[in-house]
Amino acid sequence: MLDDFLIRALLAGIGIALITGPLGCFVVWRKMAYFGDTMAHSGILGVALGLLLGIDPTIGVLITAIIIAIALLLLQNFKFLATDSLLGILSHSSLSMGLVVISFITWLRVDLMAFLFGDILAVSRFDLMVIYGGGAVIITILIIIWRPLLALSVDANLAKAEGINIKLYQFIFTMMIAVIIAIAIKIIGVMLITSLLIIPAVAVRKFSKTPEEMAIFSVIAGIASVVIGLFLSYEFDTPSGPSIIIASFMIFSIGLLPFIGRKS
Amino acid sequence: MNIPIEAIRNHDDDILLCADGISLSFGKNKILNDIDLTIKNGEIVTIIGPNGAGKTTLIKILLGLISADHGKITKAKGLKIGYVPQKLHIDPILPLSVMRLICLTKRHSRNDVIDALKESGVDDLIDNQVQTLSGGQFQRVLLARALLLKPDLLVLDEPVQGVDFTGEAALYDLISKVRDKHGCAILMVSHDLHIVMASTDRVICLNRHICCVGKPDEVVQDFEFKRLFGQRSDAFALYSHFHDHEHDLQDGGSHIHDDQCNHNDNIQNPKDKNNA
Repeated sequence: MLDDFLIRALLAGIGIALITGPLGCFVVWRKMAYFGDTMAHSGILGVALGLLLGIDPTIGVLITAIIIAIALLLLQNFKFLATDSLLGILSHSSLSMGLVVISFITWLRVDLMAFLFGDILAVSRFDLMVIYGGGAVIITILIIIWRPLLALSVDANLAKAEGINIKLYQFIFTMMIAVIIAIAIKIIGVMLITSLLIIPAVAVRKFSKTPEEMAIFSVIAGIASVVIGLFLSYEFDTPSGPSIIIASFMIFSIGLLPFIGRKS
Repeated sequence: MNIPIEAIRNHDDDILLCADGISLSFGKNKILNDIDLTIKNGEIVTIIGPNGAGKTTLIKILLGLISADHGKITKAKGLKIGYVPQKLHIDPILPLSVMRLICLTKRHSRNDVIDALKESGVDDLIDNQVQTLSGGQFQRVLLARALLLKPDLLVLDEPVQGVDFTGEAALYDLISKVRDKHGCAILMVSHDLHIVMASTDRVICLNRHICCVGKPDEVVQDFEFKRLFGQRSDAFALYSHFHDHEHDLQDGGSHIHDDQCNHNDNIQNPKDKNNA
C-alpha cells in the first residue's frame, strides 16, 4: 500500500503536522516567525550545496539551517543592527546565494519548484523514516524541556531570574526548528514551512485555555490542513506546499467566524 | 561603604546580598557608576530616582540578568530571590491561567496557590486567563507568585506601576505586611521621588550614582516633611528629596556642584563627599 505516492505523501504530511503543531505554538508565543522563515529560506542554499557535493538535500538543508541559526544567535549579541534587519539580510542573501548556485549546476536537471514549494511525488520510504524518526526525537525532547521552554516564552528575564538556563533552551529550540525545516522540505518546501508552523497554532488559539490544549488543537488543525491540501494538490495537480497552506488558511478563517463581531 | 566584601561578610552573617563598585556603560553613556549596596536579612530597602537613573538596570545586575562592566556581586549561600519584574507583558496569543503563571518555574499545590492568592486578596482569580487581569490584580498575582517561592529576598521593580492611587495605597500596605509575615528582606524600586513607604528601613537615592542613603524617618524629621506635605495615607510616608545640586543626565549623570552645595548631614553621602 505504501507504494502509492499519495499514501506516502499523506503519511509524511501527518508526521510533519504532529511536529509542527507544538513547535509552531512556541514559534508564535516567542514571536519567532521571521526567525524561522530566515532559517527556512537558507535551506535553498543547503539544497544547492547538497546537489554540488552529492549529499542528500535534507542533510544540506539541516546543516545550513543550523549554521544560519547559530550566526543569528551570535549576531544578536551585537546591538548595532535591529534583529529584523539582520533577519532580512540573512534570509534573502542565503536564498539568493542558493538560487544562483543552483543556476550554475547545469549538469543536473533540478526541479527548483519542488524544493521551494514541495512535491508530493518526491516522498520516498526513506523520507518517511526520516520524518517519523526525526519527529519522535523532536517530540521527546520537547516534552522534556516543555516547562522551562514555556517559562522562557512567557518572560525570559523572569525565567532567568528564577534559575532557568535560558541560553541552553533557546539553543535546543532553535535546533529543533532547523530539524523540522530540513525534514519538511520535500512536502512543504522552504518558502512555506513557517506558515505550517504559524497558521494552525494561531487558528486554534481562541479555542484553547491552556498552552497544552493549544499545542494539541494545533496538531489537529495541522493534520486537517495537510490532508485537505494534499487531496487538493492531487485532484488539481497543484504544488503540495501552497495547497496545504491554503487549506490551513481556510481552517483559520472558519475558526474566526464564531468570534466576528465580538470584542477581543 | 568602602569596606571589602570579605570583611563585611566575615563580621555579619545577616548580609544577603552585597554589591561592590558596580559600573556599567552603554557606549560612552555611563548608566551606573561605582554603586555599593548591601541588603541585610529582613530589611526593606527602597531605591528611588528619576526616570533614566538606572534603577531597573541595577536590579537586573543584582539579579544576574545582565552583567556589569566592573564590580562584584556577592550573594549569601543558597539565597532565594523572588522577583516581580517592572513589566510583564504576556501576549494574548499565549493561553495562560493565573494558576499556570504561578506554577511556571516551580510546581505548587492548588491549595498553596489559593492561600497565597488569598493573602494578596485575589484568590477568586486563580482560573482566570492572565490577559483579563487589571494592572493591580496582575501585580497582586505576581506578588503571590514571588512569595510562593519562599524567598529570602523579595525584589519588586516599580510594584505599583499601572495601578491607580487607591490601589497604590492598598498595594504598599500589602507589601509592608509581607515582611512582617514572611520575614524576608525586600528590595523595592520606585521612580516617585516623593513617596516612599513608611516601613522602609533604608532609602537609596540613585541617579546613575548613589546620591545619598538614609533612613526615611531621619530624612522625614529632618525635612519636616509633614509640615510640607502632610500625611496622604497611613501606608505612606512622604519623603521629600531636595537636591541642592543639579543633575545633568546628558553628561552621564555627573554632579554640577557649587560652593553652596550641601548634602544633608543626616544622610550618608559616600560618593558626593568625595566629589564636593
